[in-house]
Formats: sequence, structure tokens, C-alpha cells
Amino acid sequence: MTVMLYATTAATLFALGLYAVLVRTGLIHRLLAANVMATAVFLFLILVSAENPEGVDAIPQAMVLTGIVIAVSLTAFALALLRYLQAADDEEDQTGSQDGRQNGPD
Amino acid sequence: MISLDMAGLYAAMPMWVVLSSLLAGLVILTLGEPWHRTRVFINIAAALVKILLVGIMLWGVAQGQIFFFEWQLMPGISFVLHADALSMMLSSLSAILWLLTTIYAIAYLEDSPNRARFFGFFSLCVAATMGVAVAGNLFTFFIFYEMLTLATWPLVVHRGTREALRSGGLYLGFTLGGGALFLIGVVMVQWLAGTTDFQAGGFLTALELSPGLLTGLFLLLFAGTAVKAAVVPFHPWLPRAMVAPAPVSALLHAVAVVKAGAFGIVRIVYDVFGLELTAILGMNHFLAIMASITIIYGSVLALRQQDIKRRLAYSTVSQVSYITLGVGIGGPLATIGGLVHLVHQGLMKITLFFCAGNLAETHGIKTVDQMAGAGRRMPWTMMAFTVAALGMIGIPPVAGFVSKWYLGLGSIDSGQYWVIAVLVASTLLNAAYFLPVLKRAWFDAPPTKVSHQGVEDASPGLLWPALITAALSLGAGLLASMPFSPLQWARFIIERFYG
Amino acid sequence: MGLTELSILLPVLMVFGPLLLALLVFLAQWQRSADWLGMGLGLILLALLTPFSGAVLLEGPLEMQLGGHDRGLAIPFYVDGLTLAMLWLNTLLFLFIQVYAGAWLQLKQPAPAAEFRPLFLLLWSGLNALFLSGDLFNLYVTLEITTLAAVPLVILSHGHAAMAAAMRYLLFALVGSIIFLLGVALVYAQAGLLSLPLLQEQAEPHPALTVALLAMTAGVAMKAALFPVHAWLPEAHASAPSPASALLSALVAKAAAYLILRLWMGPLEAQWTPAMAQLMGALGAAGIIYASIQALRQTRLKRVIAYSTVAQLGYLLLLIPMASVLAWNGVIYHALTHGLAKAALFLAAGNLIMVLRDDSLRNLAGCDRVLSKNILVIGLAGVAIAGLPPTGGFIAKWWLISAALESGQWWWAVVIGLGGLLAAAYIFRILSYAFFSPDPHQETPIHQAQGQLTRALVWPPVILAFLAIALGMAGGLLAPFLEIAAPVTGAQA
Repeated sequence: MTVMLYATTAATLFALGLYAVLVRTGLIHRLLAANVMATAVFLFLILVSAENPEGVDAIPQAMVLTGIVIAVSLTAFALALLRYLQAADDEEDQTGSQDGRQNGPD
Repeated sequence: MISLDMAGLYAAMPMWVVLSSLLAGLVILTLGEPWHRTRVFINIAAALVKILLVGIMLWGVAQGQIFFFEWQLMPGISFVLHADALSMMLSSLSAILWLLTTIYAIAYLEDSPNRARFFGFFSLCVAATMGVAVAGNLFTFFIFYEMLTLATWPLVVHRGTREALRSGGLYLGFTLGGGALFLIGVVMVQWLAGTTDFQAGGFLTALELSPGLLTGLFLLLFAGTAVKAAVVPFHPWLPRAMVAPAPVSALLHAVAVVKAGAFGIVRIVYDVFGLELTAILGMNHFLAIMASITIIYGSVLALRQQDIKRRLAYSTVSQVSYITLGVGIGGPLATIGGLVHLVHQGLMKITLFFCAGNLAETHGIKTVDQMAGAGRRMPWTMMAFTVAALGMIGIPPVAGFVSKWYLGLGSIDSGQYWVIAVLVASTLLNAAYFLPVLKRAWFDAPPTKVSHQGVEDASPGLLWPALITAALSLGAGLLASMPFSPLQWARFIIERFYG
Repeated sequence: MGLTELSILLPVLMVFGPLLLALLVFLAQWQRSADWLGMGLGLILLALLTPFSGAVLLEGPLEMQLGGHDRGLAIPFYVDGLTLAMLWLNTLLFLFIQVYAGAWLQLKQPAPAAEFRPLFLLLWSGLNALFLSGDLFNLYVTLEITTLAAVPLVILSHGHAAMAAAMRYLLFALVGSIIFLLGVALVYAQAGLLSLPLLQEQAEPHPALTVALLAMTAGVAMKAALFPVHAWLPEAHASAPSPASALLSALVAKAAAYLILRLWMGPLEAQWTPAMAQLMGALGAAGIIYASIQALRQTRLKRVIAYSTVAQLGYLLLLIPMASVLAWNGVIYHALTHGLAKAALFLAAGNLIMVLRDDSLRNLAGCDRVLSKNILVIGLAGVAIAGLPPTGGFIAKWWLISAALESGQWWWAVVIGLGGLLAAAYIFRILSYAFFSPDPHQETPIHQAQGQLTRALVWPPVILAFLAIALGMAGGLLAPFLEIAAPVTGAQA
């Protein structure tokens, strides 16, 4: 019963995240949605670990840890990039100038 | 695979023949624009070396020696070069004409920009033509056939104008499109037969494949070669390619592109399908009919052109199909006529294009109307032009007569009398579009607005190549019974097919 | 040194050599000396790869466990013909791009040198690790390492367009990696193991594994920019600094596509049906046609080349429906040729931009006269990409068309022919712009600017383009290597 509960939760979370990634347009929203998807996968891995008949399986747990590290670093990087992008947008609004890349006559 | 002893090096002669112009082209391209004298030296030296090598090979083939080079490109599929009698026809022609055209081009392009690019690709173009001539299987043939397309494009668009680039695009569209069909055909041959090696008498007969499949295969390969041979309806690129500088048109029309196509048709019929199988499939009639349509259609269109180079271009469309016609009629005599025309048309057409270039370059004469009195102003150029034009019409003793004579004999021999009608009609049309030009040049007075009425012919570098090719066209007709004349060589080839 | 030592030393050196160098360069802030060390490392790897390839050819595919654990737990390396090909490509490209990038960073103002070099080295390590990895979780980790190195490379152009493109790339990559991890989790839940060779031996057909395969494929496809999830690639690859564009197009996207082939051919081949294979082929074909047409419509040089990447990656998917030795060889050969040629194209484009300050196609008019080597590179590499003889692309095309006819799936032959024609069209369109000269005697600004291109900028793309052509003569020599442990049935080519 608990297995079903966990599995359904994971599936629902994953679906929700995927839906939001596809439908939402805001970058922050999409980033958060992707993290929800990641959490769903981690939940599923924990379930796999717990359901091992020979006791708790360490491999999926190692995978979750590594996965979290990767997800966090990617998210952190994305957030930093987002701030740069925001700053560049603001600057452009103020000066109305072109960006750093020079565009010649087309 | 490659033996490094002297005999092996000698047997690999076809490779050296290809490399002589390939390396020259690469060196010229790498050197770049400023190295003018070195470039001229390399060009002439390579052309002379090539003539020497081809001469050795010609002699060797006549003695029955085997020239062969092989390199495995993929498991079971080899890059094969060989020299048989048929190869020598195209390779001798292109070796001689390369030298003459190079001399002509050096004079023609004096002080113009982009000469490194021009001469580099010019040499590559000749290397590819040589490769087409000495390819030992359909696979290798295709490699050089496509290289030829690629090496010619920079020459066609050489002037860099919008018109040149559009024509270049059209040229590529036709040739690469045809090439794609050809490639699928070649893969099919390899897949069905397990080999693509040329064999006298063909190698597809023994496979007992369904006629439908074989006909489809023939049409694929034909489409690929017909594009370059400018068979109607695949011809529109050829007149448009006239925007290229005169030496390029000369080379394109006489040896390189159109001949590669015609040569391909000969190879496919004789060395891939074999005469028998071609006849069983009814493809010989198909070839003869396509060729006849092209001959008449090209001549009619030539009649309507005022621009000299365009008139010559449509004339090429028409004349190159004589080769296909000879193959289509079949039988030894017609085949001799077709094969010998490969050389004869090359000599005559290159003369005409050299002369057209001289007229345009020296006096700015580009249309038929402007030719009035050209004979008085440029007697030597017009003499060469006249010889070649009469040859095209088929007047003895110029070379063109020999081709037509054998084609005519062949059609009677095989009972296809309708071909005679095509030949007569074509001759009349040829006369109709060449004779008025000659009349105007020799018998009309120059336009009065031309200040200088005296003789002012083209510079020696432009004139001599034209005179030499004109003399060769005359010689090929007059001395047709001498050994090593194109006619005797064609007979030599035919012995292989008909025993 | 014995072959056993070599077969341990080389993979370790390939992964940890660049990684250590990346750390050193980052911490010590070395600049030019880092280039020399990197080139030295590249040369050493190249020298070792030759006997290594010979050893693998003689002794069959190499399987190796790192860390001393047993087969289920360790970090396994797996080397077959496909791996060998990718390692060679990787080493060659990193070596030449290293030379180019060193010179490029010196000329570029402002130069992102401090950031570029560590990322470059990290990417090198990550890609080597990815190609060597023999189990699913390691593949996931190495895939993320390459993403984490590749995305920052894009933003080094410092433009708004580059930032926005990088953001899109990152988002696609993030979602893709999560979907991929889901697939890995499903495999582990069902089969209880992750090692590719073990999966190939033991995995029974099971719906869960099919779902896992599809999830992993979808995830990686987002990183490989396969049609229809390609939207991020053209702008990201076009706006990245040119040496980075070369790496991204020639290697990073291809590494992801490589992963798809790895999964479908071998470990999970029992999990898919012919209909699914046809669908994968159809996606590849759609990508070839669609992206080639897009490439024809671009007005900027780097965007043409970037769309071409999307198109060319489509060819790799054609292996799945045909699944024969011919197709296997053809696809690997295509990947090799495309890698060399595409890198050459982007490096040459970088040179043109360096001089012209802009990569709009119209600006190319007349530059054939002064930048002839770069235009020649575009011509040669372009011909290789269009699969015309005598290039490696032609050999690949020949094998693929043969495979299509052999398997009776003639429609792929049509796609390949059409794709080649479209590629020729977009390449010759670039050349037409370069050959256009309204006034041949007119001096243009490029005449003054050309002097600044140093040999280290001009020659790497020339050599890469010639290598792409030289591959056209080496099919017979290389085929035995490609076929090492080829996980396909059918007659040997």
C-alpha cells in the first residue's frame, strides 16, 4: 500500500513538473518545475532502494545523492545566469543600446 | 595493393596521369595569387609531363600492355584505375587540349584577378576528366565524375557576377541532382552484382535480373550521365554556363564536362550492361531516340541565337549527342562514328570557342551581326573558325565528315534508315546556322563606325592554340587512315567489343 | 610497457589528465603555459591511442573495472569500435582546437581567457569519460559534466543573445537530464543492474525497460538537439565563441547522440520493436530535411553551420532502423567526418568573423580573394558534409545507402540522397556569397584587416578539413576497427 502511495506520488509529481515545464513561459517557473521533476525521480529511486528484498539497497541512494548534487549545481548555475540575463535586460531598457555583440548591416 | 618496384610504378601510370594535374592544381591553389611566374611554369610543365605520360601509356596500350592501379576504399570496394583503348581516347584528347587551353587561358586572363583560383581549379578539372577516362569501375568513375562537377563550379562562376552565380547554381542543381541518381544506381550495381568493375561486354547479363529492375537501373545511370552530356531535357545548364570565361567554355564543351557525360554513356552501355543486354531491354532504341531529339532540338535552338557563344553552346548540345547516337544505333560502323566524334567534336568545338573568345577579346565581337567583315580584320582567327565550322557541318575533308560518314554507314548497316533523315536534317540545320556566320564574316563589309579597318588579329597566345586545333581537326579528317589517328583508334576499340 | 598496462593507463589518463590540468589552470591562473601543457597532453594521448587501438583490434572489446569493486558496483570502462572512433575524434579535435583557441584568445578583446581554458579542459575530460563509460549511471554523471562545461562556454561571448541562448540550452539540458535519470532509475528498478555489457547479456524484454529506453532517449535527445527538440541549438552554437562552437557542434551534441546509439544498439536492443525503430529513423529523416531547409534560409554564416549540425545529427538515427554492419560503419564514419568538417567550418567562420567583425553572409562578398584559405576550408569541409567524393562523407553515404538497399528500406536511400543535395545547396550558397564580386578591383576594408590572422588561426581548420577529405581514402583501413564488437547482425561489410 505504501509502495503504491509513494509510486503514485512520484508519478504525479513528475507529471506536474513536466506539464509546468512545457506550459509555463517564465524561466523561474520552468526552473522550479524541473526541480519538482527531479524530486519525483529521487523519490522513485528511494522507493527502489527501500523495496529491495535483501534489505536497503545502497546503490539507488548513492544515485540520489549524486543526482541531488548535479541538480543543485545546474539549478544554481541557471539562477546565476538568470540574474545576468535580467540585469542585461534592465540595462538594455535604460540605454536602449545594442548588446555587446556587434551587428553589422544585414 | 601497391607494389613499389619499377614495373609496379610503370603499371600505375593512370595514377600518375591523374596526379600530374591534381598536384599541379593543389600547388597552384596553395601558392596563392602573387606567384604568377611560378604558376605559369607549373602549369605548362605539368601539361607537358601529362602529354608525355599519356603518350607512353598510349603506346603501351597499343602494344597490349596492362596499366592498373588499385586501392581499397572500403571492404570489397576498390578505387581502380586502368587504361584500356577507350580510356586513351578521352585521355589523349584532354592531355593535348589541356596544354593548348592553358596557353590560351594564360594569354586570355592576363592581368585579371583571381588567377590562382582559376588555374588551380582548371587543373583540378582536367585531373577529374583524366580520372573519368581511366576509371576502372563505375565506383571510381562516379568519384571523378562528381569531382569534375565540384572543380568546374568555381570556373563557371569565375567572374563573380550575379548572372555567373545564378548560372553556377543552375549548373550545380542539374549536375549534383543527376549525380545523386547516379550514386543510387552505382550502389545498386554494387549490391546486385557484387562488383562495379568495367568489363568488355558488360557484367550484368549473367545475373538474370528482372527486366523491370534492369531498365530502372539503366535509367538511373542514364539520368546521371545525360545531365552532363546535355541530352534534352537535361540541357538547360549548358547554354547558361556560357557566362564563364572563354577558355572555360572551350574546355567544358570540348573535353571536360560534356565528354565525361558522353563517355559515361559509352561505358555504361559497353562495359556495364553490355550491348546484348542493352538491346534486350530496348535501351539502344531509347538512346538513339533521345539522341536524335537532342540533335534536332539543339540545332533548331542554335539557329535562333544571335549571341555567338550561345549559338555554339546549343551546337554543342546537338553535336555531343552524335556520340550517344552512335552507341544507340549499335553495330561496329555506327559505334566507330560515335566514338571518333568524341575526339573530332572536341577538336572542332574547342577551335570555335577559342575563336569566339578571340573575337570578343580583340574587337568586342559577341553577336552574329557584329561579325560583319571579321574575316578582313582577323583573317587567321576566322580561318580557324571556318575550318571548324565546316567540319561541324560535315564537309570533307574536315574531321566532322568522317564521324557523320560512319554514323550514316552504320545506320544503313543496321537497317535504321530513319537515322539518315536525322543526320541529313542535322547537317542542313548546321549549315543553316554556320554558313550565314561565315558569309557575314568573309563577304560583308565591316561596320563603318569601326575606325580601324586594317588587319588586327588576336595576340599570339590566343591565336596559336586556335590555329593548332583547327589544323588538328583538318588533320584528323585528312589523315584518318594513318595509325594512331582518332579513326584508327576507334577501330582498335571496336575490335574489343565486336571481335 | 605491456598492453595490459596501456589499456589501464590510457583511459585513466584520458579522463584525469585534462581534469587535473583544468584544476591546475583554474587555481594557478596559468594562461599560455596551459596551452602548451594541453597540446603536450593531446600529443601524448594521440601517441598512446595508436597502440591502444591495435590492442583492442587484436584482443576484442575492452572491459575494465575501476576502483577494484566487482562488476556491479565499480566504475566500468567499455571500449569497442564506436568508442575508439569517438576517442580518436575527441583527441584530434581537442588538439587542433587547443592550438586555435590559444591564438584566438590572444587576439580577442576582451578575451575570456581565464574562464575559457578550465572549461575547455573540463569538457575534454568529461567527453572522454562519457565515451569510455560502460554503465548507465556513469553515463548520466559524465553527461552532466559535459553539460556543466558546455553551457558556460556559450556565455563567454558576453552578448545578450548568447546569454539567452545559453539559458535555453541549460533549461533543455536540465529537463533532459532529469528525464534521462528517470530512465536509469527504471532500468535499475526492473533489471537491478546498470552495466551496459551485463544488460546486453541479461536483460529480458520487459515493458518497463521499453519505457526506460524511451525516457532515456527523450532525455538525451534534448541534449543532442535532435529534431523536434532542436530549437535551442542553432542560436546557442551560433552565438558561442567560435572555438567553443566547434566543440559544441562537433562533439558535445554528438556525444549525446552517441549515447542514443549506445542504448539502442546492444544493451537494450531486446526492448524495442521495428515500428519504434522506424519512428526513430523517421525523426532522423525529418531532422535532416527540415534543418537543411532552415540552413538554406539563414542570413548569418554561423547559423547556417549550426542548422547543418541539427541536420547531420539526424543521419546517426538512421542506424536504428537499418541495424546492420554497413549502417554501423556508415554512421560512425559519418560522425567522424562530420566532427572534423564541422569543427573546420566553425573555426574558419571564426577567422572570417575576426576579420569582418560580423558573420552576415552578405559581408562575405569578395572575401574569397583575401581570405582564400578560409573559403577553401568552407568549400572542402562543406563538400565532406554534403557527402560528395572523395571525402569521408562520401564513404559514409555509400555505406548508408548500401545498408538501406540491403535491408530493403529504400526510403532511407532517398532521404540520404536528398539530404546530401540540400547540404550541397547550403554550402554552395555560402560560397556563392563569397565569390560574389561586384567590382573585382575594388579595395575593401578586409584587405587591411587580413594581416592579423596568424598561422595558428589559419592552419588548424585547413588541416581538419583535409583530414575530413583524407578519411575518404581510409575506409578500407579503418573498417576493421569500426567493426570491433559491432552490436549488429548481418554480413560483415
